[in-house]
Amino acid sequence: MISFEKRLTTPRLVSWGVPLVSLLLALAMGGLLLLVVGVNPFTAYRAMVSGAFGGSFEITETLVRATPLILTGLSVAIAFRMLFWNIGAEGQLVMGGVAASGVAIFLPDAAPSIPQSPWVYLPVMGLAAIVAGALWGVIPALLKSALGVNEIITTLMFNYIAILTYQYLFTDPWKDPAGFGFPGSAEFGEYAWLPEFSGRLHGGLVIGLVAAIAMWAIFTKTRWGYEIALIGENERAARYAGVSIFRNIVLVMVFSAGLAGLAGMSETAGLSHRLQQGLAVGNGFTGIIVAWLAKLHPLRVVVVAVMLAALLVGGDQIQISLGLPAAIAQVLQGLILLFVLGGDIFSRYRLVWTRRVKG
Amino acid sequence: MDLAVSILSIALFAGTSLIFATVGEILTERSGILNLGLEGTMIMGAVSGFAAAYHTDNAYLGVLAGMAAGAIFGLIHAIATITLRTDQVVAGLAITIGGTGLASFLGQKLGPGGGPLVGLIGPRFVEVPIPGLSSIPVVGDILFKRDQLVYLLYLLVPAVWYFLYKTRPGLHLRAVGENPQATDALGVNVFRTRYIYTVLGGALVGLGGAHLSLAYTPGWSENLTGGRGWIAIALVIFATWNPARAVLGALLFGGVNAIQFRLQAEGTTISANLLNMTPYILTVVVLVAVTYLEAFRKRVGAPAALGLPYNREERT
Amino acid sequence: MSGTSDNIAVQLSGVTKRFPGVLANEDVDLTVRFGEIHALLGENGAGKSTLMSVLCGLYRPDGGSISLTVDGVLRPVEIHSPRQAIDLGIGMVHQHFKLVSPQTVAENVIIGRDDVPFRLNMKAIGKKIAELGERYHMPVDPEAAIWQLSVGEQQRVEILKVLYRGASVLILDEPTAVLTPQESAELGQTLRAMVAEGKAIIFISHKLDEVMSFADRVTVLRQGRNVATLDVAATNKQELARLMVGRELMSGVDKPEHPPSEVVLELRAVEATGDRGLPALLGIDLSVQRGEILGVAGVAGNGQRELAEVVTGLRRVTRGSIRVAGEECTNMSPRELIEAGVCHVPGDRLGVGLAGNLALSDNLAMKSYRRPPMSRGPFLNRKRMVAAAGGLIEEFNVLTPGPQTPARNLSGGNQQKAILAREITAGRGFPEGAVLVASYPTRGLDVGAVEAVRTRLAAERARGTAVLLISEDLDELMMMSDRIAVMHGGRVMGVVEPAATTIEELGLLMAGERR
Repeated sequence: MISFEKRLTTPRLVSWGVPLVSLLLALAMGGLLLLVVGVNPFTAYRAMVSGAFGGSFEITETLVRATPLILTGLSVAIAFRMLFWNIGAEGQLVMGGVAASGVAIFLPDAAPSIPQSPWVYLPVMGLAAIVAGALWGVIPALLKSALGVNEIITTLMFNYIAILTYQYLFTDPWKDPAGFGFPGSAEFGEYAWLPEFSGRLHGGLVIGLVAAIAMWAIFTKTRWGYEIALIGENERAARYAGVSIFRNIVLVMVFSAGLAGLAGMSETAGLSHRLQQGLAVGNGFTGIIVAWLAKLHPLRVVVVAVMLAALLVGGDQIQISLGLPAAIAQVLQGLILLFVLGGDIFSRYRLVWTRRVKG
Repeated sequence: MDLAVSILSIALFAGTSLIFATVGEILTERSGILNLGLEGTMIMGAVSGFAAAYHTDNAYLGVLAGMAAGAIFGLIHAIATITLRTDQVVAGLAITIGGTGLASFLGQKLGPGGGPLVGLIGPRFVEVPIPGLSSIPVVGDILFKRDQLVYLLYLLVPAVWYFLYKTRPGLHLRAVGENPQATDALGVNVFRTRYIYTVLGGALVGLGGAHLSLAYTPGWSENLTGGRGWIAIALVIFATWNPARAVLGALLFGGVNAIQFRLQAEGTTISANLLNMTPYILTVVVLVAVTYLEAFRKRVGAPAALGLPYNREERT
Repeated sequence: MSGTSDNIAVQLSGVTKRFPGVLANEDVDLTVRFGEIHALLGENGAGKSTLMSVLCGLYRPDGGSISLTVDGVLRPVEIHSPRQAIDLGIGMVHQHFKLVSPQTVAENVIIGRDDVPFRLNMKAIGKKIAELGERYHMPVDPEAAIWQLSVGEQQRVEILKVLYRGASVLILDEPTAVLTPQESAELGQTLRAMVAEGKAIIFISHKLDEVMSFADRVTVLRQGRNVATLDVAATNKQELARLMVGRELMSGVDKPEHPPSEVVLELRAVEATGDRGLPALLGIDLSVQRGEILGVAGVAGNGQRELAEVVTGLRRVTRGSIRVAGEECTNMSPRELIEAGVCHVPGDRLGVGLAGNLALSDNLAMKSYRRPPMSRGPFLNRKRMVAAAGGLIEEFNVLTPGPQTPARNLSGGNQQKAILAREITAGRGFPEGAVLVASYPTRGLDVGAVEAVRTRLAAERARGTAVLLISEDLDELMMMSDRIAVMHGGRVMGVVEPAATTIEELGLLMAGERR
């Protein structure tokens, strides 16, 4: 009889080897799918890699896609550390984008005396995005803290409310009068654009990297980081140690949702420069995968975000070059996550054969 | 009155897929397993159902294919969460993302000659009025002029309700979700129970998806389910894990859709987006109310072991 | 009532069971006959529960064999699952009830039974259950929901579950642990009725009283081995205690006389509500002086846990007041109480006292991390944390592979030492008077660890700390306390001095007789 027995310690070989094997298995399964539709998996994978990293344009595209993922990945990571299941990063991102756009569009007219310079506008937009995202996340957090309401469902529902709100805004009251009928807000003035590097790469990446380093510092070097870890590990022990659970749930969510909101600002001020279709494309959900694969570690989030972005960009690329649906990238994401998750048990437990009882 | 009939009819029609999915998830959650992969499962049910129906020219085979797809995805979730003891939330999300991607992929490759399924017209379920019953004023129009899958619902919901509350296996199912340690010690196989109801739940979710592509829309397009899988998860709570109340919740969501169509047809200026928000807001309100009540009245609903893995030999 | 070997119900031969890092049972032989009540005696961790879990199919043995008399014939069996054990006529009544709280008595009794028809007829089932209850002196209402029942009534449901399935061998795990003396006596009647019908009963215990009053024969386990099997009539408590412990019981911590001094912790008319909304503390008046150990005795579940919680800020006081060193401290937060000098060794080591997956150094810093030198402002200096941990580990003799080992990996005794280290060190920062609340501090520890803990508590007393010692071990309380308060039903029944009282008087107080 085979059964699982808990490990006392995890050998290095196992803790590195298991995720690696899981990754390979996922790629193998994806390869099978490709074979079924008549495509050589190696060709496809090679095309994906070159589509993501093959040249300077490709690399910048990958980094562009990675930018919101870094921020949402960080957002989810900090919430999950406290065992608060923030599934609402998508909605928080959207509301952040809405707030940033609102500032960019309306502030120039409402307060013309404010200098129209990126040094003024970008911080204000960032702040607005953080506050908007934070508010969007804090309500489910309060409901959970005060009344014990399940946050998975509330954050999920808030996603939809946010997306519908944003859709309403750019198709109706905020619709660009000079827009030729295309749904979308007016374009921001250039003072409200994030600085651009090569290609579409923009300052949002910098924001993401700074946030990652800041989070790492908080976790390892501050009292607050210690308290968050304690609450996440054993809430009762944290209470016993005098840590304020209520305050921390709210604070963590403000941080988490604020980061997601910042991702929304990054997308609007860095890429679209207006409020339009294309803000709610799943970055919030993918951020959950990023956080999980990175084992909630802020610096690893950056690496994983880039890798998942590469997957997505590579998928777009093979749609063009090989005529394969770009959705293969999502399938691979799902497979990778499942296999890594499933494989994780082998690093926590090991298989044993139990002897039959002697007759 | 005409308006009410029309709205209720549309609500029922729109809500059918939701009811299937919600009842399926109720069964899964009653065993203690939280399956957040409904959106991916449902859309896989939709695409599989449509593809199978199209290629065999038989809508019933499509339904079976949809259920099979749902069952397979349920099985994947079961293996991940029960045997491999993965975190249930993340496993469900992986299935949603993977399933949605796979459905999109298949939707572009399962058509004739390896092409897309979009825009194709396939066999479907149409309204089949039940002779006699459909002549009843009002009630007949709403209830008995629907397609066969809706009629299946009329049998399914009471059957599941009866099963859950009045039969021995139903009692065991409820006990497993409340206290797996106790039930295991009494000789009920917790693992097997959870496997069965996660797979069965998945099959029902797939069936819900098939209803979308084989009756409601019908046909296939990207993002056909439009978040219904997520709504079903919320509806389970709305229904306090009771299949009878699930119908109410689904009708509510379906009803809002219906009202929105009507209002737009009449030319109101209220944005569709704002209207569509109401069911979600309402779900949050109900959830808060249910949670609040549960704190006072012992147990309005959630199976106590929901979302927690079970390990027989673990000595804490 | 010693039967011949023809009347054997259960025979375990050479049974061995291992867990990661622990040998729970080693080569155990056990023979139980029909018509007898057989006690399985041993300290915590001696292997009693494990052995019985093997017998009822929850664990698979790593070695040895089990034989049962089925249909009149004794033969070897392999028990792969609880279901199989049930089918073979073995029924276990667990110490921690395995009941489904929102469901009714009748529903709980029939779960897992195959011969219950597909369509449930709860009325008929309920009637049968009520009859069964009557027969064995256990009246019960089949329609009641479990959460509505008292602990004693819930235990009856557990027993009924087992009887309903036609068990011929019943195993009871620490059955009187949560019963009042009155309920224990009723249980005794039930057990006698069952063996009169020819059933075999095994009950697990670590209490000598229980064994002497209920059992016909007793098997003593120590460190996973069977050290003796005796007729109860032919032995006495001293012999059993000796066999159980393997050496002389600690005679008593050297205790200098305690002169009266100022009160550090004072509770006046304190009332509090329990987890289920029912009153848990009904007006507690207590005081603890500097350099004194006030023991709190009582059957677990009579408000002791809630008492510890109100003093440490983990539970709200609805009426009355708590004072620490003269300052009003009622309903202060845990943090404020920590800063007022209240230290707490909680009853639930891994559930409350430690974060199992975090490093030992993180755990040791739980009370000190807010102040220099651990932290300056918002910044935490992890190096200092680890260094400080090293110091504590050495001073308090905590055995660990290293200061950053996850706390979960330490043995129970070392975990407790670590908690004590932390709390005692925190208390040193309060020369005016620290309060140490210790809840069941020696529960589940081996003999060596128990001594270490008791020595530390005595040392704290000598240093002038006011110690509130909550324990279910009467001998421990008698030995360590300057005074003992007995709790029953959320009230203090009386406060006695160990030198001037007897175990009998304590027992009466525990049962609700006011002094």
